Amino acid sequence: MSPAKTTPPSGGFIPRDRDWQPDALTPGYKTSIKRSPQAALLSFPSSLSEETSPVFGHGLLGALDSDLIHNYAQPGESAIGPRIIVYGRVLDEMGRGVPGALLEFWQANAGGRYRHKKESYLAALDPNFGGCGRTITAEDGSYEFRTIQPGPYPWPNGMNDWRPAHIHFSVFGHGFAQRLITQMYFEGDPHIPLCPIVGILKSQDAVDALTAVLDMHRTVPMDSRAYKFDIVLRGRRQTYFENREDGM
Amino acid sequence: MVQKLDYLRESPSQTAGPYVHIGCTPNFTGIDLYGGDLGAVMKTGPVQGKEIVIRGIVFDGTGTPLRDAMIEIWQPDAAGLFASANETRGAADPNFTGWGRSPSDMTTGEFSFDTVKPGAVPWPDGRMQAPHITAWIVARGINIGLHTRIYFEDEAEANAADPILSRIEHQNRIQTLLAKREGDGVYRFDIHLQGPTETIFFDI
Ligand SMILES: [Fe+2]
Repeated sequence: MSPAKTTPPSGGFIPRDRDWQPDALTPGYKTSIKRSPQAALLSFPSSLSEETSPVFGHGLLGALDSDLIHNYAQPGESAIGPRIIVYGRVLDEMGRGVPGALLEFWQANAGGRYRHKKESYLAALDPNFGGCGRTITAEDGSYEFRTIQPGPYPWPNGMNDWRPAHIHFSVFGHGFAQRLITQMYFEGDPHIPLCPIVGILKSQDAVDALTAVLDMHRTVPMDSRAYKFDIVLRGRRQTYFENREDGM
Repeated sequence: MVQKLDYLRESPSQTAGPYVHIGCTPNFTGIDLYGGDLGAVMKTGPVQGKEIVIRGIVFDGTGTPLRDAMIEIWQPDAAGLFASANETRGAADPNFTGWGRSPSDMTTGEFSFDTVKPGAVPWPDGRMQAPHITAWIVARGINIGLHTRIYFEDEAEANAADPILSRIEHQNRIQTLLAKREGDGVYRFDIHLQGPTETIFFDI
């Protein structure tokens, strides 16, 4: 990525919309009860400490980093499960593509099992599936990776709570203030309205914003279906007077 | 009907869950990929300034350490310059990334950063801020990542003049933002999610 093209405008970040974002305390998701701050957050305008962030160059990436079907598989093998392509754009609140954004993603295998020391679900591990990948967005903010569709899995919350199939995303934009972790769900999954973690979202619009849509135009015949998932990061305020020469 | 503002809404946050390490520090959880975990090393060669270690534990509202959290820090170099594409004031120390990522230990819950003491950075109005490190905490049960700042107890004069610290209403809570000196170059910064010593978290 070329720094000259990615220097954003100079204004501070637009405050995070706390009426749209989930609250810290959401009793239906039990773990939040003892892990949610109770004092008011201290609000301040962003400064250099939040308007800067590390640069992740495309040179960081290995050839298979964005191919979860193969990045952990033995030579000649591949992960088991429905083959999918996940693609989309990382945008800011003004609708501008965010180039050079680092995306890291992780997920359960097709049986709903994670490869983790503390995971105890009885579903089988897939020896050819690690469950993580990463990529960096192109100049227009676009990204794409290949994986298998994860399975739903049970988790200890209520006596019979199941997570919808989902992929976790960690997103690094151009300012530490934009730092975001979220999850992608799949259109049509009947577990979505039942899940207490989805249930912390405050509106159907917020649920829809995290639900990827099947895209038959990007689907590769006889190979992989495609799901589109756009991600929006906080934008930076811009005024005529604040614009720099290298701004937008 | 009035005109519409056609802004997009930020993607809603969701918890990092119990397996954030698979995605962000896979080698830590035994998945051997990428040739190492991002953010594990902040110094890529000899660095300028005072080298320090910051250690801490994130505690929940019952006083129990979180053993599944991930903490990231972001800071300038010893001269106050960021290794960022958005840094316009000069070139930062080429051997210092400024960014660290640490999982909390699966047994003790301790996180740790091998870094340098940050230099001071100006506030938007030009006043100098006290040396500080920006920190971000995610974990199972945390619905949206928590921002806070690590200041230093041995910077009393700079802290007293800091634009943020001096405006905090409950001055008795400032202690929660101060890294405590444990030895030469070693600081402790525990994070309390709830309770009488709840850390000040920022909406910034
Ligand atoms: Fe999950």
